[in-house]
Amino acid sequence: MVEMKEVYLDNGATTMVDPLVVKAMQPLFSEIYGNASSLHHQGEAAKHKLNEAREAIAKAINAKFDELIFTSGGTESDNLAILGVASAHDKSLKDHIITSKIEHPAVLNTCKYLESLGYSVTYLDVDTEGFIDLDQLENSITDRTLLVSIIHGNNEIGTIQDVEAIGKICKKHGVLFHMDAVQSFTKTSIDVKKIDVDLISMSSHKIHGPKGVGALFVRKGTKIASVFKGGGHEFKLRPGTENVPGIVGFAKAVSLASSSHIKQMSKLRDKLIRSVLDEIPNTKLNGPKGDRRLCNNVNISFASLEGEALGAYLDIEGICTSTGSACSSQTLEPSHVLLSIGVSHEIANGTLRMTLSRFTKEEDIDYTIDALKRYVEKLRKMSPINTIIKKL
Amino acid sequence: MEVFKNPQNVGEIPDADGEGTLGNPKCGDVMKVQIKVEKDDKGKEVITDCKVQTFGCVAAIASSSTMTDMVIGKTVEEAKKLTNAEVAEELGGLPPVKMHCSNLSADALKKAIENYEKKRS
Repeated sequence: MVEMKEVYLDNGATTMVDPLVVKAMQPLFSEIYGNASSLHHQGEAAKHKLNEAREAIAKAINAKFDELIFTSGGTESDNLAILGVASAHDKSLKDHIITSKIEHPAVLNTCKYLESLGYSVTYLDVDTEGFIDLDQLENSITDRTLLVSIIHGNNEIGTIQDVEAIGKICKKHGVLFHMDAVQSFTKTSIDVKKIDVDLISMSSHKIHGPKGVGALFVRKGTKIASVFKGGGHEFKLRPGTENVPGIVGFAKAVSLASSSHIKQMSKLRDKLIRSVLDEIPNTKLNGPKGDRRLCNNVNISFASLEGEALGAYLDIEGICTSTGSACSSQTLEPSHVLLSIGVSHEIANGTLRMTLSRFTKEEDIDYTIDALKRYVEKLRKMSPINTIIKKL
Repeated sequence: MEVFKNPQNVGEIPDADGEGTLGNPKCGDVMKVQIKVEKDDKGKEVITDCKVQTFGCVAAIASSSTMTDMVIGKTVEEAKKLTNAEVAEELGGLPPVKMHCSNLSADALKKAIENYEKKRS
């Protein structure tokens, strides 16, 4: 039997753990297994590894050693940032949060939870490419505003917000700024000395590290309280015995990322976008082009077909992609991000997200373009609404 | 999944005796069903061909294909009794969230039969 080709284009969901990361983690299971809080030599050895990892990741964003809190992942980091800041402030004085309509559920639902506790939340609109309006942001800030939380690189359509400008506005008005950098970390440069940002959420498994590890950058002096109650780990902000193997793997993954990968991914991303738009009629790119788009994100709507069916045909060919469409998940609602940028329900349902990694090869992209052409045609031939749906 | 890979009876019947379109692209699924009906030697009306065009997800495409396989050769009276649950069962079951997809194929067939009967009368 011929071995099936595997093309993994769902790196926005999760990534393959780099074998070098696995190798770096290996000794932390059965050789150096101490609790980093213990005082004996096993504990000391674990603590040393933990410190090294913290130092390396902090350095990658130009932060200080004690400004980096390890968590269980992006969702926890987002929760800790938002809930931790809210609970550390007097609600009778500060009870307003500003976010956008295209946040990840980890931020969106945390904000909704705070609404249920009596906080007010402003959900900023975005334009057709997914950018927030800086004037609307500034006009939304009041003396009761506590926090602005904006996604740096959007997980669905790849829009990279102007976080330097957002940070300046927040600083000017004395409001805290949290950015969800789960998708953007290592895929675009983040320097906390250049961006006026107070909190940054990061995740390991999106960058070829292990699952179950993330980090939250907390700028020194930021008023924030722990969400979990327990011991004094992570500068008293995140109790729980540190996941040293995971953290060491995360740090190794960060060290393996380089700007040459960004260039390489951008090139393949643009080839995929260009080929699909040029060679398949009635297609539309969602999100911006060029440097303001995540280097690994492609999100395209195909008229007259459903993304889930297209994804299923691609899967038969060994190609992993994802949809934000109606039948794709447990809900039948199309993606809130696509609806927010003005994509209609019908077109949103015909959308496919393909997210590359530094392991994606040009031949993978060529193979995918070929399969896309064949299956889009097949599905459109099957479809009774070729003529009903308005042309893109 | 096999049905989805190679859906049967996809397309159009140019001289169809009845046709029905059901669904809404907004919620994700549209199905157009066409039937060809002939009288057999006992004078019973039999569905001799059924073709379908589907806009939808995996379950919708698979269930529309399964429905056509189930009704070809059946009498019109038998075909009228076909339920969405039977199509789903034939397909090997569908998750609850997808049940509306298979609902569509039996209902779209009913519309095609209604259209046929209206034309005939």
